[in-house]
Amino acid sequence: MRQIDECYQVLADPYGYAERLKKESRRKIVGTFCSYAPEEFIIAAGAHPFRIFGTGEKARLAESHLQSYCCSLVRGALEDALAGRLAFLDGVVFPHTCDTIQRLSDIWRLNVGGCFHLDVVLPVRLDTDNARQYLTDVLKRFRRELEAKLGAVIGDDDLRRAIGLTNRIRGALTRIAALAGDRPGILKGADLSALARSAMIMERSRAAMLLEEVLAQLEAQPGAQPGPARKRVILAGGVCNQPEVYALIEEGGGAVAADDLCTGSRSYEGLIDETGDPLAAIGRRYAERVVCPAKHRGLAERAENLVRMARAKQAQGVIFLLLKFCDPHAFDYPHLREALEKAGIPSMVVEVEDRLPADGQLRTRFEAFIEMI
Amino acid sequence: MAEKDEAKEKRKIKAVARMKEIMTAYYIEAKTAEQTGKKVAWITSGGPVEPLIAMDVIPVYPENHGAMVGASKMGVDLCQKAEAMGYSSDLCSYARADIACAPISGGPIGGLPRPDMLVCCNNICGTVLKWYEVQARFFNVPLFILDTPFCHTEFTPESRRYVQEQVNEYIAFLEKVCGKKFDYDRIKEVGRLSAEGQRLWQAVLDTAMNRPAPLSAFDAFFHLALIVTLRGTQQTVDYYKMLLAEMQERVAQGIGAVADEKYRLLWDNLPVWYRTKWLSEKFASQGACLVADTYTSAWCGALRYVDVNDFLGTMAECHTRIYLNIGVDEMARQVIEMAKKYDVDGIVMHSNRSCKPYSFGQYDIQRIVREKLGIPTLMIEADMVDERSFSESQIETRIDAFIEVLKGRQGSSA
Repeated sequence: MRQIDECYQVLADPYGYAERLKKESRRKIVGTFCSYAPEEFIIAAGAHPFRIFGTGEKARLAESHLQSYCCSLVRGALEDALAGRLAFLDGVVFPHTCDTIQRLSDIWRLNVGGCFHLDVVLPVRLDTDNARQYLTDVLKRFRRELEAKLGAVIGDDDLRRAIGLTNRIRGALTRIAALAGDRPGILKGADLSALARSAMIMERSRAAMLLEEVLAQLEAQPGAQPGPARKRVILAGGVCNQPEVYALIEEGGGAVAADDLCTGSRSYEGLIDETGDPLAAIGRRYAERVVCPAKHRGLAERAENLVRMARAKQAQGVIFLLLKFCDPHAFDYPHLREALEKAGIPSMVVEVEDRLPADGQLRTRFEAFIEMI
Repeated sequence: MAEKDEAKEKRKIKAVARMKEIMTAYYIEAKTAEQTGKKVAWITSGGPVEPLIAMDVIPVYPENHGAMVGASKMGVDLCQKAEAMGYSSDLCSYARADIACAPISGGPIGGLPRPDMLVCCNNICGTVLKWYEVQARFFNVPLFILDTPFCHTEFTPESRRYVQEQVNEYIAFLEKVCGKKFDYDRIKEVGRLSAEGQRLWQAVLDTAMNRPAPLSAFDAFFHLALIVTLRGTQQTVDYYKMLLAEMQERVAQGIGAVADEKYRLLWDNLPVWYRTKWLSEKFASQGACLVADTYTSAWCGALRYVDVNDFLGTMAECHTRIYLNIGVDEMARQVIEMAKKYDVDGIVMHSNRSCKPYSFGQYDIQRIVREKLGIPTLMIEADMVDERSFSESQIETRIDAFIEVLKGRQGSSA
């Protein structure tokens, strides 16, 4: 599909894309980390939110700032910044998530010049009225600070329009993901991942249009050819920036029926309420969406959500894809695995860094797991 | 030889025996709480213990337990048990050891007493949140989270309001779990004792400004236990008064922690619990005394924000603005302040695989210290509990090389 090709082109050179966008649209580019970055404010201010993943270049400069036990995601982003590959950024926004991102913010502020720096110190707990009030307060502060940094005024109507736009993206991705899960073979797992990730990089109205076109085409398709029955799996973890994983699972006879990933459903599920106060509505989505393990909303929610998802999608197994040195996910894994076991759902875990090992070990492990379930 | 032993005997800190007594009695009381009907709360090291003391709840510190596991060299075995449970070997070794202890009542004291509640303050790291979630599920007891937003460059009014309101929620939580009203008069007294204890602890640490320093960071690692676990009690105040008097006496007599103090050093990060003796002797053998550290002073760093007349009212600020919950540049500023205060010749940094918020940013602190003070720094790669991350020969070589640098500098300035 032409639209999907365009997404792949963006992902092949995200920094080149951002540079061109900046030149052509004369818009300011604001880098973000994590699915908790409130990008609606950036859009409403007339700037472009750009999710930083890092290009996976070998870290040399970052080694003077981060020890070997730092995850490749953070190390890679810092490497690109220090090497000047992110010179197009006008600003950067750090939402509070894990200990490592928190320190990345400090190290970035002290060592990467040339762009403004904002911390959005979100609450860690999301289970009380007090925490939700604080969340709203933090968003108010962010709005004020961003206005000052960008020299723009963010009106409620601007914010509503931005919400309308990001809701179109979320809505389309949610429906595309549901279709892909329900009609295996209609869309490759890697393609869905590319759609979701490129929508964090691409000019948002362009992304919304492309996604809606893809959705229309998929809906018009009379259902996939009945191919060989594939085993349905859930992919769970943090950031998945390795599309090869999907191909390996599919080549092993599996299909990703749904995901619980930072770069997947957790980033787009749950629309922002378009009625009422827009700022409060943005806060409500963060408070109510499926949580990241660095946030707290009860002791059982993540496990219950995963089991519910696996059952609803009739998945036969769960593959945990954990980024090495990602503490919040690693802490939750034994509990999630146990909850799945109790529900009779087998799981496997693979620990990866930004580049997958090239030795075919993953392929063998996926094949074995898919054969077993 | 006899003379040498005598000098060595003189350097031993007498208060150690009393501390051991207090800690033994404390753990016996905690371990027998079920019989005495007292409630037990597990609490993080940076958490607000004073309201527990005011409610007659026995506070127990899994982190202190982690340190004991490390010191008794049981870390590797317990960490491996946690790994067999599915916990990654890259996770905090305190957490791994404690999680592994719980189901088997393992470790040096046969496991911690079963908690009636868990109190987790995330001002030291995000790890404690995950760790306490694990334990709250395992013991099936209520968990209170005091969420202290990180102060990258400032303590915002929004954060102050949020945390202050949580102090009220904490009290309501304790009233519910304990089934009795909170005693607002008692907390005033506990708060006064807490501040007094912190002041005395700071005074003890300050005696190391003397040459020779009467105590080293290795001593501080040991004597720290009370200000962490029993802050807000008369016993703690009495103990630190005694320790302070002993330190002042040592200063008067010119007794140093190290036989012939040539170099004064600052330690950064948690101790390497299973090698404190080895490291202490290694440095001492070359006349190097670690006169101060960023770790043990963290329990009196909040003193500047305490108002004893409004203890609960200043609790939010005291817990949110602690050493680890601030930006790297502010940490560097404090390191420099300490380096000047204790007049150190160099800094030893423990790059601790278990503690990302304490360790990430150390390279920048190292650079800032070099630029601002021009003193040498040594980075030791290790872990606080998991011995598998400790390479003795490599660390020994690095310490030797570092001492050579110090020697060279002292030679040239003499």
